[in-house]
Amino acid sequence: MSAEPDYLHATRGLGSWLTTTDHKRIGILFLWTVSAALLLGGVFAILLRLELLTPGRTFVDPMTYNRFFTLHGVIMVWMFMIPSIPTSFGNFMLPIMLGAKDVAFPRLNLASWYVYLAGAAIVLTGMVLGGTDTGWTFYTPYSSKTPADVAPVVLGVFVLGVSTIITGINFIVTTHTLRARGMTWHRMPLFVWSIYATSVIQVLATPVLGMALVLVALDHALALGVFDPAAGGDPILYQHVFWFYSHPAVYIMVLPAFAVISETVCALSHKNPASYRAIAYSSVGIAFVGFLTWGHHMFVSGMSALDVGVFSVLSMLVAIFSAIKVFAWVGTMYRGSIAFRTPMAYVIAFLVLFGVGGMTGVAVATAALDVHWHDTYFIVAHFHFIMVGGTITAFLAGLHYWFPKMFGRLYPERWGLLAAALVFGGFLLTFIPQFLLGNAGMPRRYYEYPERYQALHVLSTGGSWLIGVGLAVTVVYLVWALRYGPPSGDNPWGSKGFEWLAPSPPPPHNFHETPVITHGPHEYFRPEA
Amino acid sequence: MWEPTLRFQFEDRAKQAHAARLGMWVFLVSEMLLFGALFALYAAYRTTYPAAFAGATRLTDLTLGTANTYVLVTSSLVVALSLAAARRALGRLAGGLLALALAMGALFLVLKGVEYSAHFREGLYPGTYYRYAGMPDRGAQVFFSLYYLMTGLHALHVLIGMIVLAWLAWLALRGRFGPDGDTPLELGAMYWHFVDIIWLFLWPMFYLIH
Repeated sequence: MSAEPDYLHATRGLGSWLTTTDHKRIGILFLWTVSAALLLGGVFAILLRLELLTPGRTFVDPMTYNRFFTLHGVIMVWMFMIPSIPTSFGNFMLPIMLGAKDVAFPRLNLASWYVYLAGAAIVLTGMVLGGTDTGWTFYTPYSSKTPADVAPVVLGVFVLGVSTIITGINFIVTTHTLRARGMTWHRMPLFVWSIYATSVIQVLATPVLGMALVLVALDHALALGVFDPAAGGDPILYQHVFWFYSHPAVYIMVLPAFAVISETVCALSHKNPASYRAIAYSSVGIAFVGFLTWGHHMFVSGMSALDVGVFSVLSMLVAIFSAIKVFAWVGTMYRGSIAFRTPMAYVIAFLVLFGVGGMTGVAVATAALDVHWHDTYFIVAHFHFIMVGGTITAFLAGLHYWFPKMFGRLYPERWGLLAAALVFGGFLLTFIPQFLLGNAGMPRRYYEYPERYQALHVLSTGGSWLIGVGLAVTVVYLVWALRYGPPSGDNPWGSKGFEWLAPSPPPPHNFHETPVITHGPHEYFRPEA
Repeated sequence: MWEPTLRFQFEDRAKQAHAARLGMWVFLVSEMLLFGALFALYAAYRTTYPAAFAGATRLTDLTLGTANTYVLVTSSLVVALSLAAARRALGRLAGGLLALALAMGALFLVLKGVEYSAHFREGLYPGTYYRYAGMPDRGAQVFFSLYYLMTGLHALHVLIGMIVLAWLAWLALRGRFGPDGDTPLELGAMYWHFVDIIWLFLWPMFYLIH
């Protein structure tokens, strides 16, 4: 052991954390805040599922229910899923994986956290005072006319977007300029490839959303009428601009999940990736094609048959890149020496959820079928499987895989596996009934429903409780392990990932000696020199 | 001679300067897409209301708009010259040129304000506030929404650019730039040129294409 204190102990006190420019500490700050957002969004999920337990009123009135699902969506999408993995694990791991001492702009990095807090504060204040009831998409013309207070919430989301852009710029520049000697592009860990692709989308798509949201705020607060037909505006244009961002945003959420899965599946299978280049390039491919598919959200909004066909085919292209990845991950596990630990349990959960979500994605990209499923629970179940299931299982896989890296301690394995089983089982129980409900015709966002749907709704609500218990158990044992977990040593997984070249937890500048990279990442079959 | 500090995460100053420039480029691309959303709306609405957009373009003040184009393009030249001066360690000249560019930015905003107030007197307000009797047309309403949104967002950028130029002029006068260190000035100049280029698109869109 070196005498140099690690980053957790280099300086002490709350002030040293709030003014830190160390990418690792900023990663931990983000980890706490996005985890809090996950739990808050989860509380609203459980509340809205509780309301849906009975066909009529269960415990809140319709307006409150609308606010519940809006809060759930806004918090989960903009305060958890979009920033979650890049800002926490991305901040912590990306510079270490590149062999760098920090990100390119450390002060900007800290600013990103404060901007995030400001955005979150504005959103939550707006929610407490007025409470938006538009859903997370803020569709016009309803969002320009609703009596609820839309402006603070959309402006808060705009500020959250600024935070996202700052992080994206930082990661792009860091990846270009701070790679260690010998770290060529094709020696970068797969995590870096996916986070890099994510950053490109963040920088290109987020400002478009920001502008659309400013216009919604102006339309609502000042009745400007940019999207108001009475003033010559076109509400459908809002949908185009919104989805131009928000469809790529799906990849902002799920590409970082790919990043985590690519790392954990190699480390816990103790095997080289089945194809490094296939996994790396398909991330870039998804980032590119993702910009050309937004129209599939609007098949029933009024669109020419030609446009529908083009968007339908382009949307299916995404499935090809995604399938390349899934086969590469499964191929990595095949004949590997699999350690069935908590991260691996989440990897398997990810593959199931992402696989089903992806296949139903091809189904809903088929325009004729989409007309039947549009705005039903089928869509809700589809995107929860693919982006929520994908992001949360990957987030939890990364949290367990890198827990020793970040804190130098081990979490209790049995509790981890139990929680993974609860979350995975709960997820299936919540959303498989929703596929059936949607196919049977249950529209999304409705407050009431006919009695014949109740059995499936009860199952779904029960599933949400299982997820809640699983996450609560996770919080308890991880907080316990922060203090009482046994020391992990530098590399408890025997991982060849480059982040494990640094001590665990790393010293303030990551490495005692800056590494020189002489081979690719994830090389388990390479004879030791 | 003052030299920029080398931060611990970089190997050398050249890499540090390269990182700063790259960061600025990526930021400008992001800025471009912020305007891009409005450019897309302009394209869509112009396709919807071709006649109204052509007619409304005649209502804006071509003389003032063109004068402003000259002011802004010249200010960009002045900023480029100040960068050249700073690299030859002519701090006072560089600072003076930046102050001149700053004044031209202010002139641009004054002219823009004169235009806005003339429009307000005629009732050429944005969107639902539009009151101009000479052209009661929905397309013109949308045109003026976009006119104020895009030139307003651009004016905001001019204002931010002026604050940056003022700060850079102060640094230049204190001799903080030289052959070894001009990164902040170079980045500020990039931002100013970007603001200039955006205007070069707004000018035809709102004054020229009848």
